[in-house]
Amino acid sequence: MTHESEQLAQLIRAGDRRALAHALTHIERGGAFARALRRALGVVPGGVLIGITGAPGAGKSSLVTAIAQTLRARNIMVGIIAVDPSSPLTGGSLLGDRIRMYDLAGDAGVFIRSMANRGQYGGLAATTADAALLMRAAGFPVVLLETVGAGQSDVAVAEVADTVLLVEAPGMGDEVQSIKAGLLEVADMIVVSKSDRADAPATLQQLRALVRMHHEDESQWQIPVLPVSVRNNQGIDACVDAMLAHGSWLAAHPQTARRKYQQQLALQRAVGRLVVERMQTQPVWQHAVTALQSHASLDEWAERIVQEFVQSQR
Amino acid sequence: MTNELPIRVLVAKPGLDGHDRGAKVIARALRDAGMDVIYTGIGQTPHMIVEAALQEDVDVVGLSILSGAHMTLLPKVASSLKDAGLGHCVIVAGGIIPAEDSHILKTEHGIDAIYGPGTNTDEIVAFIRQTVAHRRGSV
Repeated sequence: MTHESEQLAQLIRAGDRRALAHALTHIERGGAFARALRRALGVVPGGVLIGITGAPGAGKSSLVTAIAQTLRARNIMVGIIAVDPSSPLTGGSLLGDRIRMYDLAGDAGVFIRSMANRGQYGGLAATTADAALLMRAAGFPVVLLETVGAGQSDVAVAEVADTVLLVEAPGMGDEVQSIKAGLLEVADMIVVSKSDRADAPATLQQLRALVRMHHEDESQWQIPVLPVSVRNNQGIDACVDAMLAHGSWLAAHPQTARRKYQQQLALQRAVGRLVVERMQTQPVWQHAVTALQSHASLDEWAERIVQEFVQSQR
Repeated sequence: MTNELPIRVLVAKPGLDGHDRGAKVIARALRDAGMDVIYTGIGQTPHMIVEAALQEDVDVVGLSILSGAHMTLLPKVASSLKDAGLGHCVIVAGGIIPAEDSHILKTEHGIDAIYGPGTNTDEIVAFIRQTVAHRRGSV
C-alpha cells in the first residue's frame, strides 16, 4: 500500500489530472489508504484555501466562477471544491454547481470537484481540507471551497479555510442580522453581491458599520466589505486583490488563534477517526452494536469498548 | 474509517437542444436511489463532458440527447472517454433514439444502455447498480 500511495502521490505532483481525481475519491473514502496517501504527500508548501460561504442564492457559485476567471487571467491555477447537501433520506445528492461554472470548462488551469456533504459537517471539514491539500500538491495553489447554502453550520468553513469570504446579497433586511452576527465572527472579507441592485449601497453601509463595531483593534486584519456585480463584471478585481492580500497577511502572521484552533481540531479528528477505526476491529464493538437497545446504555458500552481495547493492547 | 461511497454519476446534455426535463427527472431519480449525481446542464461539448467525468471520477456517464445528433455526439463522447483513460465508465444514454441507431450505438460504439421516453426509472437504477458493481468488482 505504501508503494501504491507513493506512486499516486508522484503522479499528483507531476500534475496528472486523472491521478488527482482518483486520489480525491480515496480521500473521501477515508481509511488506511487515505492516510498512506497523506503521508506520501508530506508537507505541501504554499497555497491558500479560500472558503466562500453565504445564504442559498446569495451568488456563491457565480462569484466563485468570476474569481476563478480573474485568477486565470493573472495566470494562477485554481482548484475548486463545490459542496452541495446530501439527502438525509437516501444518502444521495444532486451536485449542480458545475452548471454555473460553464465558462471555466475546457481550461486546463482549473480543476473542479463536486462533493456531497454526507450530512456531517465535521466529516466534510476533514475531507475538504485534505482535498485542498491534494489540489495544491497537483499545482493548484489557490483552492476555492464553495460551501452549501449558509445556515449556522456554515461557520464550520472557518475550521478549514485560511480565508473566509462571506457573500451577502443586498436587501436581506433586519431579519438576517442575527445570522450576520454569527458569520461575521469568522469572515475575513465580505462581498456584497449583485451590487448593481438599487438596495446594494444600503447593505454595504450597514455591513461596514457592523464590521467596524466588531473589530476595533488596529493590529488585527481589517475586514474589507466590497461590492461586486458579477453580471456587470464590477469589483471582481478588487475582490481578488483583497483575497490575495489576506493571504499575504496570513503569511506574515502565521500564529493566528484560528490557525491554532484549526490544528487542534484537525488533530482531535484524526485521533477520533483512528480510535474508532481500531475499536471497530474489536469483537466487543459488534457485540455492542447488537446489544445496544437504548440510548441510556450508550456511555456504558463506550466505556466497555475502550476498556477492552486498552486491555487487549497490554 | 472507510466510507462506502455512493455510485457517482455525471448527467450531461451534449449538443444544442435545450430540452432538459428528461435529464432532470433522471438526475432526481438517481439521487433518490442514493447516488451522487453531478449535473452539468445543457450545451455540453464532448470535450467538456469527458473533462467533467475525469475531474469528478465518476462511475457512470449519463447522456440525454433529443436533437437527433446522437449518431455524431454519442460515439464521440464514448471514444473520447476511452482516449482519456476512462473506458471503465458505464455510458447510459436517453432521448429520442430510433431502434436501429440504438442497436449500432450499443454494438459498435460502446454505449452500454439506451432508454427512450416512458422508461421506468427503477429499470435504469437497477441497470446502473448492477453494471457498476460488476465493473468495480473486476477492477
